[in-house]
Amino acid sequence: MFELLRELFSFDFIVRALIVGVFVALCAALLGVSLVLKRYSMIGDGLSHVGFGTLAIAMSLGLAPLQVSIPLVLLAAFLLLRISESSKIKGDAAIALISSSALAIGVLVISLTTGLNADVCNYMFGSILAMKMGDLYVSVAAAVVVLVLYILFYNKIFAITFDEQFARATGVRAGLYNMLIAFLTALIIVVGMRMMGAMLISSLIIFPALSSMRAFGSFKRVVICSAVLSVLCFFVGLVVSFVFDAPTGASIVIVNLAAFCLFALVGFVRRRFLLATHGEV
Amino acid sequence: MMKETVLSCDGISVKYDAGYAVRDVGFSVEAGDCLCIVGENGSGKSTLMKALLGLIPVQGGRVRFDGPKKNEIGYLAQQTVVQKDFPANVTEVVLSGRMGRHGFMPFYSKKDRAAAGEKLRLLNADHLADKSYRDLSGGQQQRVLLARALCATEKMLFLDEPVTGLDPLMSAELYTLLSDLNGKGLTIVMISHDVKSAVRIGNKILHLRTCPLFFGATDDYCRSEAGQTMLEKGRFAAEAHHV
Ligand SMILES: Nc1ncnc2c1ncn2[C@@H]1O[C@H](COP(=O)(O)OP(=O)(O)OP(=O)(O)O)[C@@H](O)[C@H]1O
Ligand SMILES: [Mg+2]
Repeated sequence: MFELLRELFSFDFIVRALIVGVFVALCAALLGVSLVLKRYSMIGDGLSHVGFGTLAIAMSLGLAPLQVSIPLVLLAAFLLLRISESSKIKGDAAIALISSSALAIGVLVISLTTGLNADVCNYMFGSILAMKMGDLYVSVAAAVVVLVLYILFYNKIFAITFDEQFARATGVRAGLYNMLIAFLTALIIVVGMRMMGAMLISSLIIFPALSSMRAFGSFKRVVICSAVLSVLCFFVGLVVSFVFDAPTGASIVIVNLAAFCLFALVGFVRRRFLLATHGEV
Repeated sequence: MMKETVLSCDGISVKYDAGYAVRDVGFSVEAGDCLCIVGENGSGKSTLMKALLGLIPVQGGRVRFDGPKKNEIGYLAQQTVVQKDFPANVTEVVLSGRMGRHGFMPFYSKKDRAAAGEKLRLLNADHLADKSYRDLSGGQQQRVLLARALCATEKMLFLDEPVTGLDPLMSAELYTLLSDLNGKGLTIVMISHDVKSAVRIGNKILHLRTCPLFFGATDDYCRSEAGQTMLEKGRFAAEAHHV
């Protein structure tokens, strides 16, 4: 075990991936709790597809991927939030439209320029080799921004997640904080997408929150548990993918899935057990 | 002594796709008032309250708050839609009532926590403090949301059918508590189907049927035609209930 870890850390690219990954997993999990509870999971998914489209465009134009993607995906976050807030249009249908269109544009741009090569495959399903030194700085900076803002606005995020109407009525600027959540999500998705893959990044947002909700009944505990669980699953997934030479993104998702099943089981047993002994949960 | 007007509205109308839900309503609330809004189902009471709070746009007219700022208001909605499995414990929920007045201050203070505990005690819900909100009964949830609303304000409270789901004892206690707080200077705007209690604790009545049927002092309401019918109906319903 120790040998394995030492071997792992002897590779520069793995250390880079580990640093970026830990930050991304942590932030994704924090935001994920609110996204899942506000029924915004679709936004996460939509944003990752838009992210793929923008990466494809950046690649075909020979531009730096993150610098192109970040502003465009932020813009998409703004639009998606607007759409899902307006009751006139069917929210999730509109999001599905945007995300599949972005995907289609990406695929089209790629097939007209570079063709479906290994790079493209990496964008879709992730690669830890993709992490360059420049990406590392951008990623860590973005993650730190997310982390600090999340902690500063944690109580407000709880208030608007639990009951937005009340928050609005009592003078919390819910629109502002919704936008904040969407922007931070966009940032984390773009940053994490290179490693996890556009198709898999949203699982990093959704899984830890869902798992923790099975086991805990307070928001704070769910948030903390999600963060810890997410980082843990990331690390285990990375090691697994290294040992079995498997794709990183997919390995991490599978580890998350296993954790979810475990938590669902624990939650079920706990509820049963407590009901049987105390008549309450 | 002239009391200061804290809330005044003039000819406000609210329209949904199907038509007007509230039309040409005007009234004013002075500091220390307890205004009860009564009316049948679908008469636009909840809609009016949401419009006052700025939760839905008004088509015409204007709403003006003169005393309390936006973040010095407490609110209890008729229905609070919370996801069935939302993980939040009672203390977190009640504390969130104090977030509005924090501005950009990120964290809760000791004072906030003390206030949350005190409001829970007022509503006989302090034993629930560490429970998960999703595991409470409907009436228990209502108490928690009431505690949250109380936490949010010392000045002005908006309540949409606050006794829904409460047991008779708690309902009576709540009315006593509200008149108590009202006596100490809290301004209350309350929607209620319980006309008898409404005329007991309210000093002003707004009777709504899309348009206002009556607005004025409680005594005048009891003598007015609208008030007579409403009270009569209430008595009839109460008797039918006892038989
Ligand atoms: N979200 C909505 N969309 C469209 N119409 C609505 C909406 N909410 C309420 N209405 C309509 O507006 C009218 C007033 O509704 P409102 O909820 O204000 O009544 P209320 O007086 O609070 O009734 P209740 O005593 O049942 O609570 C009703 O006719 C209702 O059908
Ligand atoms: Mg109503």
